[in-house]
Amino acid sequence: MATFTLELVSPEQLLFSDEVEMAEIPAAEGYIGVLPGHAPMIVALKGGVIRIHKGGAITHRLFVAGGFAEITAERCTVLAEEAVPVADLSRDSAATRIAEAEAAYAEAAKGESVEAREAAMARLLAARARLEAASA
Amino acid sequence: MPSLKTLRTRINSVKSTRKITQAMKMVAASKLKRAQSQAEAARPYAERMERMLGALATAVAGSPEAPKLLVGTGRQDVHLLVVVSADRGLCGGFNSTISRFARNRIRALEEQGKTVKILTVGRKSRDYLRREFARQIVGEVNFVGKKRIDFTDAAEIAQRITAMLNAGEFDVCTLLYNRFKSVISQVPSEQPLIPASIPETGEVAADVGPKALYEFEPAEEEILANLLPQNLAIQIYRAMLESAAGEQGARMTAMDNATRNAGDMIARLTLNYNRQRQANITKELIEIISGAEAV
Repeated sequence: MATFTLELVSPEQLLFSDEVEMAEIPAAEGYIGVLPGHAPMIVALKGGVIRIHKGGAITHRLFVAGGFAEITAERCTVLAEEAVPVADLSRDSAATRIAEAEAAYAEAAKGESVEAREAAMARLLAARARLEAASA
Repeated sequence: MPSLKTLRTRINSVKSTRKITQAMKMVAASKLKRAQSQAEAARPYAERMERMLGALATAVAGSPEAPKLLVGTGRQDVHLLVVVSADRGLCGGFNSTISRFARNRIRALEEQGKTVKILTVGRKSRDYLRREFARQIVGEVNFVGKKRIDFTDAAEIAQRITAMLNAGEFDVCTLLYNRFKSVISQVPSEQPLIPASIPETGEVAADVGPKALYEFEPAEEEILANLLPQNLAIQIYRAMLESAAGEQGARMTAMDNATRNAGDMIARLTLNYNRQRQANITKELIEIISGAEAV
């Protein structure tokens, strides 16, 4: 089967770079399946799991908390702030993150700043997605 | 002529200094290696970010609602300079070079009648600039006691800058830092942050054709609004890493020189010491002989 290059980069390092057959990406407006020859696109990501398919099976499941992806016919570059293999996620730490994010949101909701509230909301959603990924 | 005893103490003291500088050199060398690999690891993200930003900026170019982070406020009156230096000394001219560079820049801007505000990253540049420009320093960040620089540190600084921009506290933001050219040479450089410098992306997307062909989801403006703060953070992160690597390189060179100087000094002092010792022996012999003759 045809392949394309998938790169997963965090500010601190290059996390993943390989030829893959398909990748499922958690775009802001719903999951996107990327195959070779995809139309050029730039998307924002929400918290979710990237599934990497190779040889007809899923080889990697990585949780990302958000970021961006650039898709062209031959490659797909994901810029994520952090990416964790799903197997390494723990439900407890995800639950604490939700609690923290909820507290931060409650704090932000009191204030006037719309941006702060949106940022806190995004954080909360990412934390919930993390728990979901950890439980799955 | 100093006595034998003072010479001996002095030799010992220089020897222990040499031991310290030698140890510091080794520590700096190993830290340099780490800092360099950290800086290299951060490169792919920055490159890809630049590519994406190039595509996005072309897509929204000319739109009247382009975000402030990209195009600035349209004025040039108030400049914010972000000066990145080290937290510690003993690294040769590293800190003074960047601080002097910043000072000249500030003076030049003030001569043009601009208002200058300063944000210092690292303790040493603050100490230096505080003497002359205490009132212009609007903020300071340092990482004293921190082992390594994380991206979150840079992100915090970026957030602060963004908040200041939104509050209308400055118009133009420039980053001043020591670029890591090689282990023995760091070049003070400046980089415009706001308005953002958009890379000339000629080779960007040979496989995409004209950049306008990209589809965006959500809309360009929305992605850009998220991407720009991230880009700001990554630029600062990169500068901080370069500066950290440069600091270790500078310290290594400085300590290498110090070790060599201490070695020279020990050789000179030892020579002196031996001469003095022989002179003493000769003098005593003469005394004994002339004493014996007198009997």
